[in-house]
Amino acid sequence: MNSPKTDLKVVLLGNPNAGKSTLFNALTGLNQKTGNYSGVTVDKLQGGFKYKNISVNLIDLPGTYSLFAKSTDEEVAVKDLLSQKEKPDVVVVVLDSTNLQRNLLLATQALDLGMRTVVVLNMIDEAIYQNINIDIDKLKDLLGANVVAVDSRAKEGTGKIKEAIVSADVSRTKFFDITVTTDYAQKVNSQFEKSHTAELNKWEEDDKIYRHKNIKYIYGLCVKSPEQLKLKERSTKIDKLVTHPVFGYIVFMALIFIIFQFIFYVAEYPMGWIEDGFIALSSFIKSNLPAGILNDLISDGVVSGISGVVMFVPQITFLFLFIALLEDSGYMARASFIMDKIMRKFGLNGRSVIPLISATACAVPSILSTRSISNFKERLITIFVLPLVSCSARLPVYTLLISMMFPSTIVLGFLNLKGIVLFGLYILGFAFTLITAFVMQKLLKTKEASFFMMEMPVYRVPLLKNVALGVINKIKVFVFDAGKVILSISIILWFLSNYGPGTALEDIDKKYANAEYPHVGEADPNYHADFIASKKLEASYIGVLGKAIEPAIRPLGYDWKIGIAILTSFAAREVFVGTMSAIYGANGNEKGIQEKLMSEKDENGNLKYTMAVCFSLVVFYVFAMQCISTIAVVKRETKSWKWPTIQFVYLTMLAYVSAWIVFNVLS
Amino acid sequence: MNTLLSNLKPGERAIIKSIADNSMKTKLIEMGCFPGEELYITKIAPLGCPFAIYVSGYELSLRLNEAKNIVVERLN
Repeated sequence: MNSPKTDLKVVLLGNPNAGKSTLFNALTGLNQKTGNYSGVTVDKLQGGFKYKNISVNLIDLPGTYSLFAKSTDEEVAVKDLLSQKEKPDVVVVVLDSTNLQRNLLLATQALDLGMRTVVVLNMIDEAIYQNINIDIDKLKDLLGANVVAVDSRAKEGTGKIKEAIVSADVSRTKFFDITVTTDYAQKVNSQFEKSHTAELNKWEEDDKIYRHKNIKYIYGLCVKSPEQLKLKERSTKIDKLVTHPVFGYIVFMALIFIIFQFIFYVAEYPMGWIEDGFIALSSFIKSNLPAGILNDLISDGVVSGISGVVMFVPQITFLFLFIALLEDSGYMARASFIMDKIMRKFGLNGRSVIPLISATACAVPSILSTRSISNFKERLITIFVLPLVSCSARLPVYTLLISMMFPSTIVLGFLNLKGIVLFGLYILGFAFTLITAFVMQKLLKTKEASFFMMEMPVYRVPLLKNVALGVINKIKVFVFDAGKVILSISIILWFLSNYGPGTALEDIDKKYANAEYPHVGEADPNYHADFIASKKLEASYIGVLGKAIEPAIRPLGYDWKIGIAILTSFAAREVFVGTMSAIYGANGNEKGIQEKLMSEKDENGNLKYTMAVCFSLVVFYVFAMQCISTIAVVKRETKSWKWPTIQFVYLTMLAYVSAWIVFNVLS
Repeated sequence: MNTLLSNLKPGERAIIKSIADNSMKTKLIEMGCFPGEELYITKIAPLGCPFAIYVSGYELSLRLNEAKNIVVERLN
């Protein structure tokens, strides 16, 4: 009998696609939180429940096919399972009942660890539907552990699982005893030692072959299924269409198109509401808190920082909603099946397609979505090239600059010239995405063996609860992890543009306090305020910085004013338009800023924003990695500053050189 | 007659004879591809790679370079 315990650490172990998360969600409900495994980018999902006065802490380990790790996810799962410091009290092995043969490999390995174990036969209803009859009592005997069956929605049977967890026992059966003298757990643990020997490799091979033979025997005794060696008919039928040489790609394109519509257009509405809401909040704070530095900090710095984070939420929600639906239904494996060969030519993976498409909305969620690429090298290349895909934040910049280059609407037949140029910019970005990936593939050498091998899961109707909880967890990770960096940088940028060295800003107030400002007679009532704001921005730290970088950007045709706009663009690229408006004292009016810029003259009286300058600037924006959120997310996903640094240097150089060429050719 | 898995066509059945000795071997065994196991090709992607096979009770997708490691004997 087990003594009454107040706290029980329980881990869920199972193959990918075994329905672990459904079970996890059913057992914990909303009582769950996403953490991080130290040093790796695998999310740690924890939750809890109380049963018979025992409070259980449940951890959903990443899916693994065996105790010999072949990927980062698997390594995390195995290390956590065998952790010496926080050894789990009970292991729950989740098996897909329709795919018992392969799933039992992990189960027998887990049972040999000598820990208290419960075996869960998940999706038993589907097995029954497919005429796979499992003799649970016999399986219990042969495994020497408690076996509990549960249906695919995990509605019924959770009570039985909870009971089994608190009364779990160590298996009496040993499945692999070639080395009776050594502890199995210790032997398995030796895979993480530096000297991963050929001997251990051989031992791993023997272990698996021996188990497979054993499992065949167990399977033969416990499972009666009339159909041997046959796939589910429904899956075969759907696959005929979605992996068809013609229709397969049409279906794929259609799905991408729908996703595109949602993250690009539908998400704009909630994003607009969020923006309006934060503007209202900001002015509410401004007028209701006592005026002063604190008021400015909160109403301008903090609120705009938070709104910069929350703004991404609609796009992230839609993107991950679709990804979850595609993943859970089983379609994602097919999409990557038909796309893999094409993408591999560029060093990418079949699973790189969705991130590449979603990067047209925003690189941040798309980098997060590369997690489904199990091959590290291919995932890294995908992350590296994603910022080259033109995201939606560049759109306002493109729009402004294109309108300046081609002020009048030129229509060629049914084509609009502005539209063609805009399309060209997207193509330019995408061409360099592929070229860069291709080059990186040649340059990057990886030590770890890479596998593509993946299960083609049978089609299932996604469970709403799983999809919803998955999306909520993703949003939480983004808002709290990337959000911290974005918020801090926004506050720094706010500080730099609102404060200047010494009394520089106060001096401007004094200087222009008593009317005599130039251009008297301007009709605009805001003219005075706008003029002072623009002078203040010039005198602020960011203005000083803009002037400091002027020598560096002069060869591209830019002056310190554009320098300021490039610097503030690091918060988000679309800030370019706002900053230019502030510098030229045309706050908040896009038409206004366009006219002001187009009439701007240089010291010699020539027009400043020539075709060469605008084109150079727009090309700079196509390539440059001016996005602190992206840098923060790449750092988080690659575990070090190494890749974001290389990426930043590469993209900045690419942007600089291209802009320089464009400027010099055109002027 | 023995051949490589990569030479099979959709629908063809075979039995696994051996697996090339390299870093992929243990992973292939783990995924249910081990000598003595029966399999059949379910489909091949439009451009000739990857392969999808039915083995050990489920469908597995392999790239061409992975399929080349498996020596099989054709059935039927």
